[in-house]
Amino acid sequence: MTTKITFNRRNFIRTSSLASGGMLVGFNFFTACKDNAKPPVDLAQLDYNDFNAFIKIADNGKVTIFSPNPEIGQGVKTAMPMIIAEELDVPWEDVHVAQGKLDTQNYQRQVAGGSQSIRFGWDALRQTGATTKQMLIQAAAAKWGVDPSSCTASEGKITNANGDVLGYGDVVKEAAQLEVPEDVSLKDPKDYKIIGQGKRNVDLKEIVTGKPLYGLDYKTEGMLHACVVRPPAFGKTLDSFDDTAARAITGVVDVVQIEDKIAVLAKSTWAAMKGKRAVVAQWTTPKNLESTTDHDRILSDILDGDDFEVRREDGDVKKAFAEADEVVERTYESPFLPHACMEPMNFYADVRSDKVHLVGPIQTPAGTAGRVAEMLGRKEEEIELEMTRMGGGFGRRLYGNFVMEAAAISGKVGKPVKMVCSREDDMEMGIFRMAIKYRIAASLKDGKITGYHLKEAAVNSNMYGLIPHFFPAGCIPNYKVSTQSHKSPITTGAWRAPYTNFLAYAEQSFFDELAAKLGQDPVQLRIDLLQNVKGTEDENIQYSGERMEGVIKLAAEKANWGNPKEGVYQGFAAYYSHNTHVAEVAEIELEKGLPVVKKVIVAVDCGIVINPSGAKNQIEGGVIDGIGHAMYGDFSFDAGRPNQMNFDTYRLIRMKETPIVETHFVENTLSPTGLGEPALPPAGGAVANAIMAATGQRLFKQPFGPQIKGVTQELIG
Amino acid sequence: MPVFNFTLNKKKTSLEAEGDTPLLWALRDELDLVGTKFGCGVGQCGACTVHINGTATRSCLTPLSAIDGMEITTIEGLSEDGTHPVQEAWAELDVPQCGYCQAGQIMTASAFLKENPNPSGEEIREAMHGNICRCASYNRIEKAVALAATKNA
Repeated sequence: MTTKITFNRRNFIRTSSLASGGMLVGFNFFTACKDNAKPPVDLAQLDYNDFNAFIKIADNGKVTIFSPNPEIGQGVKTAMPMIIAEELDVPWEDVHVAQGKLDTQNYQRQVAGGSQSIRFGWDALRQTGATTKQMLIQAAAAKWGVDPSSCTASEGKITNANGDVLGYGDVVKEAAQLEVPEDVSLKDPKDYKIIGQGKRNVDLKEIVTGKPLYGLDYKTEGMLHACVVRPPAFGKTLDSFDDTAARAITGVVDVVQIEDKIAVLAKSTWAAMKGKRAVVAQWTTPKNLESTTDHDRILSDILDGDDFEVRREDGDVKKAFAEADEVVERTYESPFLPHACMEPMNFYADVRSDKVHLVGPIQTPAGTAGRVAEMLGRKEEEIELEMTRMGGGFGRRLYGNFVMEAAAISGKVGKPVKMVCSREDDMEMGIFRMAIKYRIAASLKDGKITGYHLKEAAVNSNMYGLIPHFFPAGCIPNYKVSTQSHKSPITTGAWRAPYTNFLAYAEQSFFDELAAKLGQDPVQLRIDLLQNVKGTEDENIQYSGERMEGVIKLAAEKANWGNPKEGVYQGFAAYYSHNTHVAEVAEIELEKGLPVVKKVIVAVDCGIVINPSGAKNQIEGGVIDGIGHAMYGDFSFDAGRPNQMNFDTYRLIRMKETPIVETHFVENTLSPTGLGEPALPPAGGAVANAIMAATGQRLFKQPFGPQIKGVTQELIG
Repeated sequence: MPVFNFTLNKKKTSLEAEGDTPLLWALRDELDLVGTKFGCGVGQCGACTVHINGTATRSCLTPLSAIDGMEITTIEGLSEDGTHPVQEAWAELDVPQCGYCQAGQIMTASAFLKENPNPSGEEIREAMHGNICRCASYNRIEKAVALAATKNA
């Protein structure tokens, strides 16, 4: 059986012949999916835009797929071409995947963020593959003089009723001349040959042999290396500087001022780094530089006050609280966090009179190219931006401030420049996960949760999009979400699973405590609550009661919830974010009286799993990343300056602290959703609840590590 | 500027550079070997790990003045074409996510397995503890080291 779809393909697919022989299929897949997939977040804020891609079929039948989206380690460079190859019906071994180039003339915009690449791309990628296959069939049928419907295509070959065979490469020239067909058939999921099979990362060989792939690896002849002295604290500005010593260093070529920064240009990275250290700068210091102690007080004051924006309100929370048997109120706290991508921020820029060439790791190439054009007073079509593979993103590379710096420096000196951040620079110029405090109150009456009020106090900005409508919205009759922020000069932004990376822990820990107060099993409490949201007609509620219950039951079953082995303590959390439902059971054992996370059992409903190998890698990484930051991530400011500047003081999770992650997918044929983020939010909650089970200690603040009773400085590092 | 002589990936190499230049930057900027990665510059993350006389060493903290006459192996020289058992294990288990730290992980693992060809699980975790993977692909790194051990790394 195949699914027939009606779709105006002419809007987003274009074909043309290649001078070198072969066929090029170009498509704009945001146009393709905008009718049936609304981005769930504030587009302007996160620079979600449209996407584009190309398929090239050479006359020898080899297929090149230009993966349209920036690869930051989330696996889309492998998974997205898999979808096209499936419907095009070519052997995966004959497919070569290349990173699409940003060409503002032909492509519109590309972005990686919000775990949306696969979700948005699903329909368009399938339809493009299927449409191209249909055109190849039509071309072959015309050659043979037979009806296209009597021909079939598989594994890169077209066969007619007589058993004649033509390879795709044999008919590309003719296929490229055809009209794009309006109706094509998509495969039934049971016929998939590529989707659902674990395919290895397409850059695997290059990665394990150390080939140049990343922004930092890019170089051109005569290029200068630039390191930048930036204001040492948020709020400070440049007063004056002396570059005499810097210029005296062998290899240093020039020192230039760019606004409040000083760029040292040299023939090598090392000379630029040394030159940077030799610059003596004087800074003006305003009175009100912010420290973590200030944020702590300010956020508490917000929560104690009554100046909030109401983001969702159901029923009458005030009345529910007044009539309750008991009101439980808890406050949860989190610090700022840097993204700490392993590849520090860097970018190559060559600003010339005829064009501006930019190369490097950026999650928002089009938006960034536009901003560079504006800064330099150039036309957008003069900007050529090439994306490299990225040594991690986690949200950091949505913000192209480092691209602007590179372009400004190159523009000033008139030479090609690669701007490189040291780790300390990278920490100092961060766009941090903001410090947040949540205060959650719930009213309990007759063994039920009757009211719920979540207050968020955050630095700079509050939860966006549909987050106020996530679980438990729709499950509790009297429900309210209120938010307020404090404006700070410290730059903040999206960090893997924005807001929910901390909110999920707060709420899932709170529900664990409510279950204990009600004398109910925490898993059963969640299942009972979810019955209330089933069949909701509230369009803001996009999580599914059924699918959430599904992952909760699957995780509980696989973990043998409630019957752990002797000496094992379990904690539960479930969360929906980025359109994917996830439940996790963390298992802790005590070693020398201290809790150690040994294993996390995860159940995921992301619809069809495109690439199980990549998908499991994302789940394992997301869970361990979530645990690492919940346990150890601490980043504070003193007078506007970060206290942690490198990995000696900023602690990331390492091998010995890592649990085994066991992943289970719910099997269904629903459209796929993303996996870069959704496994992270529940991890902190599951661990906090397991720590409670093991030690009796409830944790209300991240990071957990230093607060755990009996922990010594030596143990926390 | 002084000239330093050493063996790099089995080839005799001479390089004229400042003696305080870290081997990391000499490899990346002067010798066109960018597989060795810059992560922290303070020996904390392991992304820059190379072998010096067979020992896993942080190239970001190793100045050229300290390597005169020594034998250096980088990820590019670990095998002819990615066929070192550790590289093969990494490929077989599809370890990398962003992939940036993996050269350093592979260099740490290959030096470790040479010293300890049949490690226990705990020994693997101990040996790999110094290398940070920000994507947290630790489960697969652990499995890949164990798999490489069975391939006589």
